[in-house]
Parts: sequence; C-alpha cells; structure tokens
Amino acid sequence: MMRKELLERARRAKTKKAALGEDIAIENFVTGEEHEPLNSLNEIPDEYKQNLLDSGIEPSEKDRSGSFLQRDCSVVFSTVKYPGLELMSTTEAFKKHDWLKDYLWKAIPVDMDKYTADVELDQTHGYFIRSEAGKKVTMPVQSCLFITSDKIGQKVHNIVIAEENSELHIITGCSVSHAVNSALHLGVSEFYVKRGAKITFTMIHNWSPGMEVRPRSAVIIEDDGVFISNYILMTPLKSLQMYPTAYCVGKNARATFQSIVYAPGDTKIDFGSRAVLQGEGSKAEIISRAIATDSAKIVARSDVIGEGANAKGHIECRGLMLSDSAEVDSIPELKAKLKDLDLSHEAAVGKIAEEEIQYLMARGLSEEEATSVIIRGFLNVDITGLPEALARETKKMFDMSLEKVM
Amino acid sequence: MLEIKDLTVEVEGKEIINDLTLNIERGEVHVLFGPNGCGKTTLLMTILGLPNYKVRKGGITFKGVNIIDLPTNERVKLGMGMSFQHPPEIRGVKLGDMVNIAQGRKEEKIDEDVIELAKRLNISDDFLNRDVNRGFSGGEVKRSEILQLLAQSPDFIMFDEPDSGVDVENIELIGRILSELLDRNKMPSKRKKAGLIITHSGSIMRYIKADRAHVMLEGRIACSGMPNEITKNVMENGFEKCVELCSEKEGTE
Ligand SMILES: Nc1ncnc2c1ncn2[C@@H]1O[C@H](COP(=O)(O)OP(=O)(O)O)[C@@H](O)[C@H]1O
Ligand SMILES: [Mg+2]
Repeated sequence: MMRKELLERARRAKTKKAALGEDIAIENFVTGEEHEPLNSLNEIPDEYKQNLLDSGIEPSEKDRSGSFLQRDCSVVFSTVKYPGLELMSTTEAFKKHDWLKDYLWKAIPVDMDKYTADVELDQTHGYFIRSEAGKKVTMPVQSCLFITSDKIGQKVHNIVIAEENSELHIITGCSVSHAVNSALHLGVSEFYVKRGAKITFTMIHNWSPGMEVRPRSAVIIEDDGVFISNYILMTPLKSLQMYPTAYCVGKNARATFQSIVYAPGDTKIDFGSRAVLQGEGSKAEIISRAIATDSAKIVARSDVIGEGANAKGHIECRGLMLSDSAEVDSIPELKAKLKDLDLSHEAAVGKIAEEEIQYLMARGLSEEEATSVIIRGFLNVDITGLPEALARETKKMFDMSLEKVM
Repeated sequence: MLEIKDLTVEVEGKEIINDLTLNIERGEVHVLFGPNGCGKTTLLMTILGLPNYKVRKGGITFKGVNIIDLPTNERVKLGMGMSFQHPPEIRGVKLGDMVNIAQGRKEEKIDEDVIELAKRLNISDDFLNRDVNRGFSGGEVKRSEILQLLAQSPDFIMFDEPDSGVDVENIELIGRILSELLDRNKMPSKRKKAGLIITHSGSIMRYIKADRAHVMLEGRIACSGMPNEITKNVMENGFEKCVELCSEKEGTE
C-alpha cells in the first residue's frame, strides 16, 4: 500500500472509537519540547535512573547488545554493540531502508481505531530492531520509552524483524517520571518472525496514576518461528487497554503470551492476548495472572482461534481479588474452525483462601506475611524460552517490582 | 508444657469440644484416639489458635503462658507445631519454600541440612520443587508435613493422623522419624519435647512409644490410660466398647 493511501485511511479513522476501553481525547496531549541527545545511557539525569532500573533498563548498558531511549517525543540515545543487529529510531530506519515500507501496517491495520490512525498521522518515532538472517543475538537489546513531561502524548511506531533463523531478545521498559500528572502513550508495535526465527519480548510497564496507555501490537510468525511475550505491570495507572495478537501463519509457528498484572488504586485495565493459529501444527499458549486490589478494575481477555490443521492452543487465566471494591472479569474464548484442533482453557477468579493463610501462620508467619507469600506464589509463572541469564534477570525484575508493591 | 482446662469450643455456631481437660508434661507423648467427627482435629486447631475455632469456656496455657488470645503465629513462636491432616495446596509456593518458612529463613535456596532431612524421608529435590500439596498422594502429604516440622523443630508437636492413607512401609518410616522428633530415643529425664498424636487406626502406635493414651467421644475425653491397654482395647473392641470398659474399671477402683 502506498504511503498516500495509508495516510488517507488514517485520516478517515481519525475519530473511530476503539472497540474496547474508554475513549481518550487525544487532542488534550502535546508533543512537548525536544530533548538533547545523550552520549551514553548513564548520562541520563540521576533523578531518572531509578525509573529506568524499575522498568528493567540497565543504564550502564552492561550485558546488553544494544540500547535505545526515547524521552517524551525525542530519541535521545540509540546504540548497537553487536554485529548482525540493527537498532535505531523508526524514523531513521525509514530513511535507511527503502524496503521497510513493505512492513509498515502489515500486521495491524492503520485504521483499526483512532489510536493507530493517530500514530500514523502524528507519529513521534519509536524503535526499529532487526536481527540479520542466521544471527543469534542472545544478549538482550533494551529499549525504553520514557515520559518526563506533563501532558505529553507519546506516539511511537515500533517495528521488529527477526530475519530467517535469527534470534532476538528484547527488554522493553515503559516508564514515567514522578513529575508527570497526566500523559498518553500510544504504541504501535509490529513484529515479524521469519522462518525459523525467534523473538522473545519482555515488557515491563512502570506507569503512574495519571497515565493513559493504548498499545497496539501484532506479530506475524512464519514457518517454525517462535514468539514469546512476557508482560509485567505492577504499578497503578489511569487506564490501559491492549489486545496484542499473534498470527501464527507458518507451519509449526509458535506463540506464547505470559502476563502478570497487579492493579492497585483506581487502575482500569482491559488487557488480553489473542492467537490466530493459521499454520498447520501451529501452537499458542496464553497464560495470565491478574490481581485487583483497592478499587481497581481488570478485564482479562484471551482468545485462541484455530484455523490450521492440527493446531493446538491453551489458555490459563487466573484472577485474584484482594478487595471487595475491586473487580476482575475473566473472558477466555476459543474458536475452532476445523475439526483437527486441540484448544483448551482454564480460568478461575477467586480470593485468597483463609485456609492457606492459616496453614502458613501455622508455620510461623504473620497474617500479612502469609498473604504476601500467597500473592507471590499466585504470580509465580515459570518463564520459559528465555536464555538463562535473561530468565534470571527477568525473575529479578519481577521480584523487584513485587517488592515495591508488597 | 500444655494445660487445657474445662475447654469448650464452638465451630460455626456448633459446640464441638465440651469441657475438655488435658495436661501434657515436658518429655511426654500422648495419643488421642476417637471415631471420625468426634472433634480430634478441632482440638488441635484450637490449641494452634486458628480463627474459626471459638473458645467459649476454659483455658489453655502453654509453657506457663495463657495463650487463649494469641494469634497462631505467636503460639508457633512459643514453640508449638502441627502436621495437618488435610493441608491446603498453595499454587506457586513450593514445598522447599514452606520448609524455608518453617525454618524462619528468608532465602530461596534450600538449606543443605534440610536436603539431608528430606532424603531420609525419601523426598527428592524434584519433590521439593513442587507446589506444596498439589497432587500429593496421601503418603506424600504426611512426609511433606513431617519435613516441615523437622525444619521447624518445635518443642510441642501435634500430629493429626500421621498414619492415615499411608502404606505400611511409610508408616514405619514416619513412626521412626516421629520417635526421633519427640526424643523417644533418649532417656526419659533427657526428653525435652512433648507431643500429641491423633490416630484413627492406631497403626502408628506400633512404631512409637507413648506415655499416655486417651479416647475422645463427642468432644470429651471419655477415657484415659496406658497406651498399650487403650490401643489394644480400641483395636479389639472399638471405641464405644473401650470406653465402657474404661468406666467399668474406674468403677471398681
Ligand atoms: N470448619 C468447620 N465447619 C463446620 N463444622 C466443622 C468444621 N470443622 C469441624 N466441624 C465439625 O466438627 C465435628 C468434629 O470434626 P473434627 O474435629 O474434624 O473431627 P475428627 O478430627 O475427630 O474427625 C464434625 O462434626 C465436623 O463436621
Ligand atoms: Mg480429623
């Protein structure tokens, strides 16, 4: 599709409300001023370092194959330390690679809703990551989308491509500084997992109570490709709605979504994952854990659509209620369009069983300690598919975010 | 060590324990027999101070402290411990984590000593990594409970039916380790621990020497005496008959 046509379709969708989530007045948010570029991530002002750390970003760039930082609407840092890996702002990437236009809005329709339309019409960068064919970049790439000014509307378009038989591990941290009372993050992410390639995507959302967040993500997975997403959200925010979709188009394509969400305060979250199993023998697994406390409201969705022969999908969604004024709504869906399919789901929403607390108290814990052990256990999902060092690190990040809320 | 006096306990508005009196001294092990539903588990839960068990009358002192108003974890800190008859499963909390909690350790790694203890109970490393009580067999539940107690090492230990649903081989193993936990292998004057063992079948009694046995019926101690005698009577005559015999004996004294 020509750029002109995309723009035209975006214009027509400018007021198209999203199917889910409350409507946001995009026009209330601004681009803000440009920020100076940094020579190294460590140059970021000290007051922001903790924000980076809290969202899994290593300011020292240690053990990272590349680092990217977008502050508000400016890309302030981008560097690659590994051959066979490309990392830059999407704006740069479009200048550099003429062919990249073939990937633009291929996984997500530009006119899906007003948010995708706005990202097309009023885009402020985002990141482009690509691993060359055959290159296995086991050391993770880190990218951080950071908001430091009030009233900012950060509208990024990310494109990630793992070429044939390559491997790419990404840590993305989204964070916001204390000074921000209200801001908007619109993030379009298109992932392309080529034949035999693998992408793992670990995303930590570290938002604050004034944030409105509308990610729009989709993944296209070819033959024998693997996509693994780990999503962690432990901080309050105003509202978030997302429903990333993996299209397993190739033979034996595999997608895994693991999400851990802890919603305190007045947080409103409508999140889910969807897998469309088109390829023969393709597979998907959707695992989520959602905890709602205070007056938080969570809708946890999951959807597996089986269209390819011998496709296999499993959903495991669990919700935990810690307060009577909170709400968890779990909506698992399975759609079979063939007979040779194996689709299943488990879903449960409950509160902490009194018996479990008593059992732990009988081993010497106080009631609060027992509650926290049970919550930790509930959220404890074994993260599979990551290189060992990254798995360890992810566990550490998870423990750290948990430490903060407990 | 433990003194229970005129204890009356209500569960969900129903009186389950009725005017029960029981004393267990340091170094002693008592056995409590009784038919299903007579209130044995309720008694242990009440001693441990679980919130659903409401003490309506009477008192419990432990090591000279009146514990009636103490929460469970405070009682545990004073040195009591219990193996549960039907412990709940907790998702994401591994048996290894429970052992560390029982030991009062914050680490995630399991103590070498505990791994040794686990080996003696035929508990493998893999088993330590399983969610506690999830899909455990009857015997596995008992061994996991005892491992946690070994780690906790309380002075007064309550066992709720350590022998039910366990095969003969494991009963022997459990009996041996219980004996050890309760200082049974030491000379009487050297015994520091005390215990209360509930058994429905009495099969554990073959492997552990007790000092005193009681039969509980409808929330009361209906009969007390020498363990051998009571065990034999219960086994041969059943609970009701045993109590009858006990009272006859009392009458002739
Ligand atoms: N949580 C509870 N709620 C209601 N009734 C209970 C509860 N726990 C025990 N009971 C009742 O108390 C009585 C004694 O039970 P329990 O102490 O478990 O007996 P035992 O251990 O001797 O088999 C039974 O009639 C049982 O139904
Ligand atoms: Mg019982």
